[in-house]
Amino acid sequence: MSPRPTAPLRSPGPAPVGIGLKAPHLAEVFADGPSDGPDSGPGPGPAGALAFFEVHAENHLAAGGPRRRVLERLRGRWDLSVHGVGLSIGGPGPLDAAHLQRLAELLRWAQPRWFSEHLAWSSHGGAFLNDLLPLPYHAGTLRRVAEHIDQVQERLGRRMLLENPSRYVEFSASTMDEATFLTLLQRRTGCGLLVDVNNAHVSAVNSGGDAWDLLGALPGDVLAAVGEIHLAGHHAEVDSLGAPLLIDSHSAPVADPVWALYRRFAARLPQPVPTLIERDQQIPPLATLVAEARRAGRLMAAAQADRQADTPQPMDCAA
Amino acid sequence: MTALDLLRPPTRLRTAAEGSAAAPPADDFAAPWAERLLQPGADAPSGLRCGTAADPAQRFAVHRNNVLAGLSDALGETFPVLREVVGADCFHALALAFIPEHPPRQPVLAEWGAEFGPWLDGFVPHRPELAALPWLSDLARLEWLRQRCSDAADAPALPLAALAQRLADPDALLDWRPGWHPAAAVWRSRWAGLSLWSAHQRADPDEPVSLASLDLHRPEAALLTRVGDVVRLWPLSAAAAAFCAALADGAPLGEAHRLSLAEPDADAFDLIGLLTLLLGQGVLVAAD
Repeated sequence: MSPRPTAPLRSPGPAPVGIGLKAPHLAEVFADGPSDGPDSGPGPGPAGALAFFEVHAENHLAAGGPRRRVLERLRGRWDLSVHGVGLSIGGPGPLDAAHLQRLAELLRWAQPRWFSEHLAWSSHGGAFLNDLLPLPYHAGTLRRVAEHIDQVQERLGRRMLLENPSRYVEFSASTMDEATFLTLLQRRTGCGLLVDVNNAHVSAVNSGGDAWDLLGALPGDVLAAVGEIHLAGHHAEVDSLGAPLLIDSHSAPVADPVWALYRRFAARLPQPVPTLIERDQQIPPLATLVAEARRAGRLMAAAQADRQADTPQPMDCAA
Repeated sequence: MTALDLLRPPTRLRTAAEGSAAAPPADDFAAPWAERLLQPGADAPSGLRCGTAADPAQRFAVHRNNVLAGLSDALGETFPVLREVVGADCFHALALAFIPEHPPRQPVLAEWGAEFGPWLDGFVPHRPELAALPWLSDLARLEWLRQRCSDAADAPALPLAALAQRLADPDALLDWRPGWHPAAAVWRSRWAGLSLWSAHQRADPDEPVSLASLDLHRPEAALLTRVGDVVRLWPLSAAAAAFCAALADGAPLGEAHRLSLAEPDADAFDLIGLLTLLLGQGVLVAAD
């Protein structure tokens, strides 16, 4: 048994961080960023500190015009993460083949580094409901969602990342918890995971549970498939019975309990994972969001350094 | 067919394999949600629970609010002037009436709203509070065209050489069917919706819009063009609008000109001025 090193073997730099692209920031992003292609180095302004931008796929499926142009301008300057909100992977019905075709086309020309979607449903009976709606977790839905992920990955010709949802209510029909459901899905389909730490916190508070029941329960092989982390702010309410109710509003800075969960979860990960700050309402100046993203990068690097220092030797070596 | 019928999943036979599975069929859970999410007063579906002392119905209401507020906001992004004209509360009420009848059929919300103008045609006359705004549906059609032009495909303008070739053969010019840019459109109305729309374009959204000097009870027409990423609206005379609409439909120049002459303001029609605008804005493209 070799002695444990007393200091980290190496000191990892800040992990890659990004933010969601927002219309009010466009001019500043393009004025600040590297301007001569991917090899010209980061620009002088706040956006130069970012490794990637995330965009919602459904906002950029235009055939031409400004919605398409903005991706053409971003691509090549920053890594892109394309985040879908409309595939309805968690729904009981068949996937919308025409929409999947349009996504495939978008990914083909935009060449994002990641494509992600939600463990949720949003379409039913031909109507798109524009919300990430929950599903019961049991063998039947597991089989259906796995089929959908297989279909998506096959059609897109790439691995997708699946995001844990914000939940406000549970189904009596569920027979397994979210950690088990995600673990079985990941192993069955080989998909990656997008772990939204704020969603884990929101879901736990809303169900009277503990976010660590999800974040602490994902096993090592599944943690190795985590390809991106989301952080966001939520809105706290109390329902008429006095129960706490957190709304995943993306309208505030990341909350302290979520930062603490992130730091703790980051120490479980076998490698640094790119992290994104989401903000969709009450949008602050670009520099404020970039500062939040940089904080995530520092926490990820620190947690990873601790993990390397603390890695226990395998017990079976001594046997 | 009612909205509820549209939201109901199609009946399908369950296969033996699905029926024998120990777990509940995956098909069941979403239908009761979909039926209730678009109906503000409906009860929550059964089979829901939440921890502690929370009330599942209030939690379901979070989703219903997400759905209705999100769709109403999305509609408002496509029809911003209409929302300003009637006010945010009235617009939300219109959206809540429209959404169950015409929910989006696919997830790209910028492509949802084609039915809003036609739906207003039927809705507005039956609402006394909207009776003074008969032009709402045509304003919606103008904003819908603007949205579609913004997202339409790019296409190169007609090359000068191709134009020169056409002009070199004047005898054949009347039979020429120029292509029409995918991001260009013609709007025609009995009401002055273009003036109304223009009055609402201002740098400071808090600045009040003065409609006192605006006579809305007169016909107007507009040409919508997109150069680069900027959609522009150009006022057209009735004759010019007839000419453009014919070209957009694929008619040859001679036919378009003949149709323009039937309009009451044909005497003042400046054909050369219009062609200069169409070429300058890249509206005419190589035919397929």
